[in-house]
Amino acid sequence: MIPELGQVALILALSLALVQATLPIAGAALQRADWMALARPTAIGQFVFVGLAFGVLATAFLGDDFSVLYVAMHSNSALPSLYKFTAVWGGHEGSLLLWLMILATWTMLVAVASRSLPEELAARVLGVLGIVSVGLLLFTLLTSNPFERLFPAAFDGNDLNPLLQDPAMAIHPPILYTGYVGFAVPFAFAVAALLSSRLNKDWARWTRPWAISAWMFLTVGIALGSWWAYYELGWGGWWFWDPVENASFMPWLAGTALLHSLAVTERRGIFKSWTILLAIMAFSLSLLGTFLTRSGVLISVHSFASDPARGLFILALISTISGGALVLYALRAGRMGAEGGFRLVSRESFLLLNNILLVVAVAAVLFGTLYPLFLDALDLGKISVGPPYFNTVFLIPTLPLVLFMGAGMHATWKSMSGETLARKLVIPAGVAVLLGVLVPWIIFRGASVLTMVGVSLGFWVIGAALLEPVQRMLASNHAATVLSRAQWGMTLAHLGVGIFILGATITSSYNIETDRSVRPGDRWEVGGYEFVFRGTRDFDGVNYSAVEGEFEVRRNGSLVTIMTPEKRIYRVQRSPMTEAAIDAGWSRDLFVALGEPLGDGAWSVRVQVKPLIRFIWLGALIMAFGGLLAATDPRYRRRKVAHEARVGAGASPESV
Amino acid sequence: MWRFLLPIGILVIIVGFFARGLTLNPGYVPSPLIGKPAPQYELPRLKDLSASVGSESYAGQVALVNVWATWCIECRHEHPFLIELSRSGGVPIYGLNWNDDRDTALAWLDTLGDPYVASAFDPTGEVAIDWGVYAAPETFLIGRDGTVLYKHISPMTPEVWAREFLPRIEAECGELPCSPLPDER
Amino acid sequence: MRWYVLSVCWLLSSVSWAIDPEPAFDDPVLEAQYQSLVHEVRCLVCQNETIADSNAQLAADLRREIRRMFAAGATRDEVVEFLVARYGEFVLYRPRLQPATWALWGAPVILLMIGGAVFVRVLRSRFSQSMAEDDTP
Repeated sequence: MIPELGQVALILALSLALVQATLPIAGAALQRADWMALARPTAIGQFVFVGLAFGVLATAFLGDDFSVLYVAMHSNSALPSLYKFTAVWGGHEGSLLLWLMILATWTMLVAVASRSLPEELAARVLGVLGIVSVGLLLFTLLTSNPFERLFPAAFDGNDLNPLLQDPAMAIHPPILYTGYVGFAVPFAFAVAALLSSRLNKDWARWTRPWAISAWMFLTVGIALGSWWAYYELGWGGWWFWDPVENASFMPWLAGTALLHSLAVTERRGIFKSWTILLAIMAFSLSLLGTFLTRSGVLISVHSFASDPARGLFILALISTISGGALVLYALRAGRMGAEGGFRLVSRESFLLLNNILLVVAVAAVLFGTLYPLFLDALDLGKISVGPPYFNTVFLIPTLPLVLFMGAGMHATWKSMSGETLARKLVIPAGVAVLLGVLVPWIIFRGASVLTMVGVSLGFWVIGAALLEPVQRMLASNHAATVLSRAQWGMTLAHLGVGIFILGATITSSYNIETDRSVRPGDRWEVGGYEFVFRGTRDFDGVNYSAVEGEFEVRRNGSLVTIMTPEKRIYRVQRSPMTEAAIDAGWSRDLFVALGEPLGDGAWSVRVQVKPLIRFIWLGALIMAFGGLLAATDPRYRRRKVAHEARVGAGASPESV
Repeated sequence: MWRFLLPIGILVIIVGFFARGLTLNPGYVPSPLIGKPAPQYELPRLKDLSASVGSESYAGQVALVNVWATWCIECRHEHPFLIELSRSGGVPIYGLNWNDDRDTALAWLDTLGDPYVASAFDPTGEVAIDWGVYAAPETFLIGRDGTVLYKHISPMTPEVWAREFLPRIEAECGELPCSPLPDER
Repeated sequence: MRWYVLSVCWLLSSVSWAIDPEPAFDDPVLEAQYQSLVHEVRCLVCQNETIADSNAQLAADLRREIRRMFAAGATRDEVVEFLVARYGEFVLYRPRLQPATWALWGAPVILLMIGGAVFVRVLRSRFSQSMAEDDTP
């Protein structure tokens, strides 16, 4: 009974979405208030029905309903309840339902918040979101129905892939999707602006918190994925330039450019076509990512079951949604109105450079990711493009970007004296270079040029980000109020970037990895730590059995920790997992993984010492927190009426 | 004006490549050996380690070299057809037993039948690497002059035999069974 | 075929043949050379990993061959040639510079230059615009 309810709910959601996608937009063009008024209720109704469908699927999982094919494929009665719930998005069909759920939630939030927007804009924005929903709902119902029955019903399920039975893996997709899918909102705002051929500072002010929120979730989602891959998958790597990783990173880069471009449009009403293009780009790259994960066109560790038929459908979606938006862009962007001027040394100039360099970065990553496909399609052979390429090439736009970032934070609008800027920054710059040379040499006794550059840039960004707040705090009695919330957000976000750069540079330069065979009682030294292998023992877990090794770790004679890597066998799928032991610390991670038993109690083991690796995810979290502060700045919550008055008076917020 | 057309232009190109990409197989690694001389090797015979088998065994003839292993599920799928081929195909099949355990491999052939003139025993995979083997089962078609004419990855089926192997064999020698080249040594 | 290879790779998390029982070389220079290469060669079985990280038997076999060649004095280029002759360019994660990859390696630099040109052009028009704004009272 119940699973079919889910299907019915999706069909009802589709009918509402069809109305939401057509009438409000037509109503805005024809000035029909009754059609425009349909936007909000249909959006909220769609949310209710998609939520219902999601709830039905979740109930099927939690209730062990193995008459549903999707549940039988991804769950098992012995699976812990938490993972029965997260198994909902463990496969293609369910993750698509999650996509829909999140899109419907964003749409509903926009509908609720849209009361303070002009009716026409709200109608168009919700209408565009409706179009996207229609596309995804059709895709789900026609090709990827999660409610399909299995007859006769399975006695028990196939179990969830053990790699996914993990807390970080559980929340990584929802958070990542919230970010990914969230870029549909700025996209909708951009298309709405194109439809009305009008775009002003108000538009930018309304769009900005949505863009920042989506960006924030995407930042955390990517960081979670990286962190999970680090401790679960493979051997302590945190980024592989895998096509699907790139597919989430490119929207992030475009989204970062979008945030900054919106700042310029909000402040000075310029960069309009840039901002619109970036909004379209960010969401299009999200759709591209959806395509890459599910079509099998590129080899990736993340791929769901690849199905060219589904791939074709997503391609049609991309062509309609992104293609439609870009055609509109080609036709209307030129009409966006007069633009203002600025000088070489000015905040606009730096932000223009920021836009350009980030777009170059996106293009470089996209080109490298798709190049093997290009050659193969043109019959020019098969090559691989991997980390050695991306690690080198990615630095080409980003080294200058980071350099200018530090300076750009301190530039004023319209124009500024280059001397003033230089004078302001000479101390942070000098300190950064000094630390960049001293820190690697003193702590690690050696550094390549690239390492010193990386460390300098890290300190440069940190110094530049903290310069203004620290100066103001020293000069004032009320430390916390020296900056507006949005300014604190900017400070923290840039601080996060600096910390990330430090972490990435140091860990890439000074990571130590050793393989060896050990017998119980063996002692050996890695990276200043002494390891002692104590032997192994067998034990049973909830749905697996395991062999656990014990390693004592000492430094300068005193005990640091005991590490216990495992090799598990999950009973249902008979699939084994290697669980590395990680001793986390701010200054370094220790990483131990058991290899194979070599006979006589000997084992091969891999031991790694990874300095400052936590800074990578710490930096990302601080970035996201900065985004949270910026998105919740009170000026975004002013009532429409009050704001119209203020806009008339010409007032606008400082700096950011 | 053109700068506004650039984004949609780029999208069209990318979508075009994606559409083409849906028909391709990104994980399939084409062999760089095709059209080149097949690797020379000499290994102990699986059934009699004191005797040897290698590229010399089929020099001057058209031959199939089939890479197989007992841990390879798909090798079992193609095995019945290989047996049939060994009887009526007209082309000798030489086996290359890859990264396998000898006892298990012998038992396998005993139970399922032996389509091979002889199987080379390659437990360390050294020779397989020379052949660029990465996914058993793989079947190579070797010409009379020792050139690799074709490589097929995944199980051999009557369709594949008819579509890919027969035309090439016929082009090589006109009709089956292929007469060997005269011995020039 | 593809699903079979993918499922083999999931199952291969059981064995940890990626971990060698000992360092490849005592000589730190050779060891560095070996480690650097082995982290840039793609595993043909588990195609999302390098042969340094892959648990596939083929990866272990290839590492063994590479060790043997370095120990016998081969240069990095010779080892790379050996691999490419057998498996094609696909096996290298760092694409070699050849006519088919000129665009790949050239693109980032060219994109940067285009970006620079765009910056200059936009700046010029905005500059003249700001001059005009200054002139109007």
